[in-house]
Amino acid sequence: MIKPASIAPPAGVIEGYRYMAPVVERDGEIVRIDAQGVYFQQLNGAVRDEIAAGAKLIKIANVNGQRYIGTGLGVSGVKIEIEGTAGNDLAMLTDGIEIEVFGNAQDGAGNTMSNGRIVVRGDAGDVLGYGMRGGCVYVKGDVGYRVGIHMKAYEKLVPVLVCGGKALDFFGEYMAGGMLVLLGMNTRDERQPIAGGFLGAGMHGGVIYVRGTVEPWQCGAEVGITTASEKHMTELRPVIEDYAAAMGMDAEHILSQPFKRIAPISHRPYAKLYALM
Amino acid sequence: MRQSFIQPEFRVKIDYDKCHKCGRCVQQCGWDVYDFSERPIPHDERCRACHRCVTFCPAHCITIEKNTLAFRDNDNWSTDALKAVWRQAETGGVLLTSMGNPRPYERIFDKLVLDACQVTNPSIDPLREPMELCTYLGRKPDSVEVVSDGNGGFMLADGAGMHHNIKLDTPIVFSPMSYGSVSLGVHRSLAMAAERCGILMNTGEGGLHEDLHPFQDNVIVQVASGRFGVSREYLQRAAAIEIKIGQGAKPGIGGHLPGEKIDREVSATRMIPQGSDAISPAPHHDIYSIEDLRQLIYALKEASGYKPVGVKIAAVHNVAAIASGIVRAGADYIYLDGFRGGTGAAPAVIRDHVGIPLEIAIAVVDQRLREEGIRNQASIVAAGSIRSSADAAKAIALGADVVAIGTATLLALGCHLCQSCHTGRCSWGITTQKPELTRRIDPEWGAERLTNLVNAWSHELQEILGALGVNAVESLRGSRERLRSIGLDESTGLILGVKPAGL
Amino acid sequence: MPHDLDRYYDFKPRNFREESPFKIHGGCGLMGICDESGAPMSGEAPILAMAVQRDRGNGLGGGFAGYGIYPDFPDHFCFHMMYHDLGAKEAAEVILDQHFLIEVAEPIPTRSVKGITGAPLLWRYFMTPHTHMLEEREVSEEDYVVSLVMLLNSQVDGAFVASSGKNMGAFKGVGYPEEIGHYFCLEKYEGHTWVGHNRFPTNTPGWWGGAHPFTLLDWSIVHNGEISSYGINRRYLEQFGYACSLGTDTEVVAYLFDLLLRRHRLPIELACKVLAPPLWSRIDRMPAEKAELMRSLRAVYGPGMLNGPFAIVLGFNGGMVALNDRIKLRPLVAARSGSKVMVASEESAIRTVLPKPDELWTPKAGEPVIARIKGVQSPLSPIEASRAVITAEMAYTAEEVMV
Repeated sequence: MIKPASIAPPAGVIEGYRYMAPVVERDGEIVRIDAQGVYFQQLNGAVRDEIAAGAKLIKIANVNGQRYIGTGLGVSGVKIEIEGTAGNDLAMLTDGIEIEVFGNAQDGAGNTMSNGRIVVRGDAGDVLGYGMRGGCVYVKGDVGYRVGIHMKAYEKLVPVLVCGGKALDFFGEYMAGGMLVLLGMNTRDERQPIAGGFLGAGMHGGVIYVRGTVEPWQCGAEVGITTASEKHMTELRPVIEDYAAAMGMDAEHILSQPFKRIAPISHRPYAKLYALM
Repeated sequence: MRQSFIQPEFRVKIDYDKCHKCGRCVQQCGWDVYDFSERPIPHDERCRACHRCVTFCPAHCITIEKNTLAFRDNDNWSTDALKAVWRQAETGGVLLTSMGNPRPYERIFDKLVLDACQVTNPSIDPLREPMELCTYLGRKPDSVEVVSDGNGGFMLADGAGMHHNIKLDTPIVFSPMSYGSVSLGVHRSLAMAAERCGILMNTGEGGLHEDLHPFQDNVIVQVASGRFGVSREYLQRAAAIEIKIGQGAKPGIGGHLPGEKIDREVSATRMIPQGSDAISPAPHHDIYSIEDLRQLIYALKEASGYKPVGVKIAAVHNVAAIASGIVRAGADYIYLDGFRGGTGAAPAVIRDHVGIPLEIAIAVVDQRLREEGIRNQASIVAAGSIRSSADAAKAIALGADVVAIGTATLLALGCHLCQSCHTGRCSWGITTQKPELTRRIDPEWGAERLTNLVNAWSHELQEILGALGVNAVESLRGSRERLRSIGLDESTGLILGVKPAGL
Repeated sequence: MPHDLDRYYDFKPRNFREESPFKIHGGCGLMGICDESGAPMSGEAPILAMAVQRDRGNGLGGGFAGYGIYPDFPDHFCFHMMYHDLGAKEAAEVILDQHFLIEVAEPIPTRSVKGITGAPLLWRYFMTPHTHMLEEREVSEEDYVVSLVMLLNSQVDGAFVASSGKNMGAFKGVGYPEEIGHYFCLEKYEGHTWVGHNRFPTNTPGWWGGAHPFTLLDWSIVHNGEISSYGINRRYLEQFGYACSLGTDTEVVAYLFDLLLRRHRLPIELACKVLAPPLWSRIDRMPAEKAELMRSLRAVYGPGMLNGPFAIVLGFNGGMVALNDRIKLRPLVAARSGSKVMVASEESAIRTVLPKPDELWTPKAGEPVIARIKGVQSPLSPIEASRAVITAEMAYTAEEVMV
């Protein structure tokens, strides 16, 4: 492993993070890590070491902005609990891990994720679930811009992303597969519309469910908005039930309002745009 | 149906006296040029001049001619410009084309010449003396720390020395070409040849097919904006990881894979619906500034166990500053793609008018990194129409560590540069997914042809080095003193740091 | 005919101001904090917020600006100067002396920090313009100072004005922001508003003036992103007498704010609409009167629009404004805790200073976060605006949109 090359600040200067291993307490299969001021390389190294040593539950306290937690892991039966603000690219490129964040997640959570279960009991930032290929991400509150871009699915590998609050522009841009759900319920801004503009722009696969109203001008030209039928609701129900259980919400209450279903009109939205020379 | 104004570009001429009437031409053509009724009857307007029928006709009785119609002389409106307007009026579409920029911009490599030693400094015999081409790709430290080994000798200090560099037997690698834009047979040929030659091939942005898993130590995997095929396993199978930011043929815009080329297998590897167009977005949606690139580089390092991560960019105006930022963001190598680089499909207007020449890009990037004292922190891979070992030698002299070849490899597999890759009907089986065509590339045969090409160029490089009086390629690397220009304008000469012949 | 062979060789001599024109700016991290009650905060707070964003920079630029830090000289213009050498200092001081009554001239206090090398001479001057010269030229104090700043930056080789406002100062250089903060002993200053920045430049390092914030009068700008419209923004500003001599794109942001807010007296909300205007499709959906206003702004100030990803924080004596581009391609998080308003590129930075804020949110694209110091007169909008009013005025509400 390449050592971080002299990046620590000189003595006396305020340090954002220290480049030393965190304090770890082991209690059988449960491990507690204090991430207070620990740099991401050392923190994630410690997490990987503990998993390799057999830990099943890792509780990380005092997280503030450390990046890449859970990145590149591919294990089952292991859970990481994060207390604090998870830094950028949480659970990026993972192929199996369960993570629960008691706080907010910053940008890029679930980026290019293949498998895993991420539950954020707060808000999440921009670029959530970019290129997601499997697994599920549940966010309790609001999310930012460019959420769920180019999600993909193939046969059994279907990513699911559920946001309990509202989203901003470019939700589901260029979606190729998977399921995006936007509930608009746990939001801080009641007056804001549930989603911004350019919803589903370039969508050519997958499906977006929105609990509430979505106006045609908000969506890209490649999608059609319909009211979710009973058949669609049977597809949606298990996802909502799982989400509600994870968040401690009432699934029936969530399902009591009608949902809009946004899906691509064509799987080749740009067919007419190009001419062959 | 309305008549097209555009006349056929080529005329297929068959000498019927010699024709065997075997029907081979009908079967070989990917564009259904031939009907057969007693003898082959060509539809000239469909011919792409790929020469597959010419090559495989047992009687050698087919030839392809240009259909030259007389136009009133007009230096301003070329026939290409006329045809483009007619085609756009017909279709309302963005004109798509393939392969590299064919326009008559200055070819700087052709105005550079190499030195040779005589009398005062002897040349070296390349056939019998050692001539070292071995090159290490990756980040190198500023210096080497040693400690005493306790026995009166020395050894590397803990953590000193090189980490994660990749050894190449010759300074040539294969350019990224995605599975989807080229057929699986091409990918397999490249992988096998890379293993045999001790170099690397690159998956391009279409993911890594399982047939290539045995060759994973010679494969660079690419992470492009569409994130096709990018999973943890993908990263862990690679020798190195490359973030594709841009491509010389289409700087600033994303990848195009027309739906015709997304068959079941491609759909599975890329995880997008069959038949849909795979138009990769131009930017990575999580890279909108240099610190975001750094974030992605370290995310990939964390996910792969700190393998080398390189960044591929197109050569554009401020390529030197971009390269400097990329190196400081933690990249282990930079792949520079000049404006002559090839592509499976790109809008013609971007391919032909956007980007700068590779020669200039290499020179300014190498210079800028040296000025900042960070040249050792990343290797430079240069690509974009490297047509011969001479181009490779000149690129290395300008400052590149390694050259990458793309078009040349496809030519080795039979390509005739007919610029029709985007139609997905390549008669040679190279840039198509149709099974009846792709079976024409036998990976063993392809690997042998590619190995031949790389070996031939390596030997030629050794001849050039011998003539230059050096026996190791690192003595040519960045040594612009060994180049002179002929007929090149002064400002370009200054930018390249190459003196005019005579000085 | 002799040939100048040196020109063909690699290492040409470089002039000390090593930013070349039109270079890439490179991205970064930033923060801004403002206590609307005017209560002072130590410089430690902004340093803490920048230290945790260390990975957003590369150690080649860091800086801060503080407001209300010179309570002993509230009405004097304070110039923070950087000099390459004594010759530059002498030349600059001649000009300063000619144009200003210099009350105090002293070196800016610093401490030695390992890793911070190559510092220029750093001096500060507390001054007032000579009244007779003001009368002669018939210009306002501010225009006078602006013309002097332009003169010093472009004409005096080796001298650079880091800041030129009243009761504020910019502290910046080559190093990580926490190192720069330590170097300038910022923990000893107290101000009601601070902005900070971590730079990731892509040019030859060495020029301290290239770090952020860029300032003019008491406007200071920290900027994350790149301005792809720089070419035309610069030419537009040059029409109005601003000399864009610093070769970095952030410069135009500072001058644009000066033009729009001070000279054209646009309300801050509308100045932000000039820099990050709504899309035409959105304007078409607005009520007629507002649409008319937006159209005029866009048509008149088109060359002043900032294109490209950006997050900007503007500090000034009356408070702070944070703005991002109209499709929000750079991160920006805002929070409010009591009377303190804070913005940063990452939530973690906010939490080092305000661990449990009353509110924390993502500002919308093109919509400013505005903090105002109570009771301070400023040449800005007469509307005593709070965030709630701004949101109501400019919000993207469903009702409005359906019109």
